[in-house]
Amino acid sequence: MGWVNAVVQGLLLGGLYALFATGLSLMFGVMRIVNLAHGDLAVVASFLALALVSGTGLPLWVVIVVTVPLFAALGYLTQRVLLQRSLSSGPLATLLVTFGLSIVLQNVLLEVFSADTRTLDAGAFATGSFEVSGAVSVGYLSLTTFLLACAALAGIQLFLSRTGLGRMLRASSDDPETANLMGADSRHVYGIATVIAFATVALAGLMFAIRSSFDPAIGPSRLIFAFEAVVIGGLGSLWGTLLGGMVLGVTQSVSAQVDPALTLLAGHLIFLAVLAFRPQGLLAGRTA
Amino acid sequence: MTISHLLSARAARNVHVVRATRSAKLSAVVLAAAAAVLAALPFLVFSTVTDTLINLFVLIALASMWNLLAGFGGLVSVGQQAYIGIGAYSLVALADLGVQPYLAVPLAALTCAVFALPTSWLAFRLRGDYFAVGTWVIAEVYRLLVVRVDSLGGASGKSLSGLSGIDATLRGALTYWIALALALATIAGCYLLLRGRLGLSLMAVRDEETAAASAGIDVRRAKLLVYLVSAAGCGAAGGVITLSSLSVNPDSIFSVQWSAYMIFIVVIGGIGFIEGPLIGALIFFALQQLLADFGSWYLVLLGVVGIVAALRLPRGLWGLVPGPSLFPIGYLVRRSDGPA
Repeated sequence: MGWVNAVVQGLLLGGLYALFATGLSLMFGVMRIVNLAHGDLAVVASFLALALVSGTGLPLWVVIVVTVPLFAALGYLTQRVLLQRSLSSGPLATLLVTFGLSIVLQNVLLEVFSADTRTLDAGAFATGSFEVSGAVSVGYLSLTTFLLACAALAGIQLFLSRTGLGRMLRASSDDPETANLMGADSRHVYGIATVIAFATVALAGLMFAIRSSFDPAIGPSRLIFAFEAVVIGGLGSLWGTLLGGMVLGVTQSVSAQVDPALTLLAGHLIFLAVLAFRPQGLLAGRTA
Repeated sequence: MTISHLLSARAARNVHVVRATRSAKLSAVVLAAAAAVLAALPFLVFSTVTDTLINLFVLIALASMWNLLAGFGGLVSVGQQAYIGIGAYSLVALADLGVQPYLAVPLAALTCAVFALPTSWLAFRLRGDYFAVGTWVIAEVYRLLVVRVDSLGGASGKSLSGLSGIDATLRGALTYWIALALALATIAGCYLLLRGRLGLSLMAVRDEETAAASAGIDVRRAKLLVYLVSAAGCGAAGGVITLSSLSVNPDSIFSVQWSAYMIFIVVIGGIGFIEGPLIGALIFFALQQLLADFGSWYLVLLGVVGIVAALRLPRGLWGLVPGPSLFPIGYLVRRSDGPA
């Protein structure tokens, strides 16, 4: 009886994974950076919102509206100050810089907020649900998250395909030297990519924080989900990432139905299976 | 004799090809003496000193293995903790089966190499940065699988059996010697591997894979060999960690923290130099001892140092040292002074 429900919940969760993975995919596609601090950034956003809620007493939706643009600005700054420098020192440097950033963020959070597990309290909205049919009930929060994720992905897709800046971004991703010759300022373009990545990761991080509990050390395991969604879907394809997130979400929620202890393992195994039998991903996009 | 033979023979008389300079030979003697002094330490100092040094030796071994993998093989992995964990758990399992734990260390290394073979098939499908995160997922899978095995203690871990009959002082000294032997073996192993044909082909692959392949190098085989050696080395290190802590916990032995340590040691010391992990491990070890009271701020500092080193010192501290290498893996060509 619970199977259909598990699949529906998995699909909705997949939307969140996709939103979370988009930034990782975009930064890799445009700058060839795998941001190992991606998961930790989501956790930083959660703690920032937590501090804002308890510090100012503003309602949660206001805090979310404030946090996301704040993170976007932070993204531009991070790219120009930190990542741009590492890009010129070779591919290993970017990996090490983001890995170093991940360790710094985790431990600063640990010192400031302690190792306690927290949640962002969204009140009745987080727990409320409506029944679609006898066996399937959908939470308001899951549905909102899913719709937000789809809207964000569609927005990014429109931005990339319809605007001049988006075109520059795609051109820089295909061939940075030629794009520069055509007048693209690669540093600014990279900054924009990081802005999108940081904004989406903040939004996803806040949604995660409302859904389930978080602590300073949870970033790396979240990063793995994002990475899996990207690879399952296919590198360089936004809709592939959505598909990958959904495959991951459904696998996790269906296997949790069998045995809750299997949730993570099943997700990893489906990732390894895709790696083994379809390394280009389910929806192969441009070659990375 | 053709004229070209004549010319090349005359040219060869003018140059002098050597492996090691005089200073490298001297430093080899110094290193051998240092190793001898270290080996004698359990007779000279209190066991607290040797117990701390075990930690240093493990770090040197792990960092050397990561340097071999990433610095020479170009395989930047964030998942070597998989083999530390497998090594540790094989030691515990073998000890349960009645194998003397000290003798089980090489077997643990072998087990890791056996596990690494099918793992490499999956991991090598990913390139560059994605290889890094892919290896991490694989390490997580190994952790989640181990946790499910009840005979290995499940999520709470397991303690090492088979050592209770040995006197604590002797046990400490034996573990110390094994750790020292491991550190020396990994350095010597890297040196011997890299000075031969494999070293040359690896460096060619790392610098330009396509060109190396077109020059007739079997790229996949070279990478696989490095991957297997590195897995075995990390497995032996995992075994030594377990010998020293006497128990194993899945969350800490499979922790990505190990990768963080390895990477920072190698980056700070100098990636792609055999000397790098040695220097880096000494600095890391000193920082660890100095900042032990500051809790996680020490990891924050480590992260910052790593970022700065990656940006400002891409060749690490050893890259700043002028002059010839302590472990010459190339050749020096000099004009000879003799008559032409």
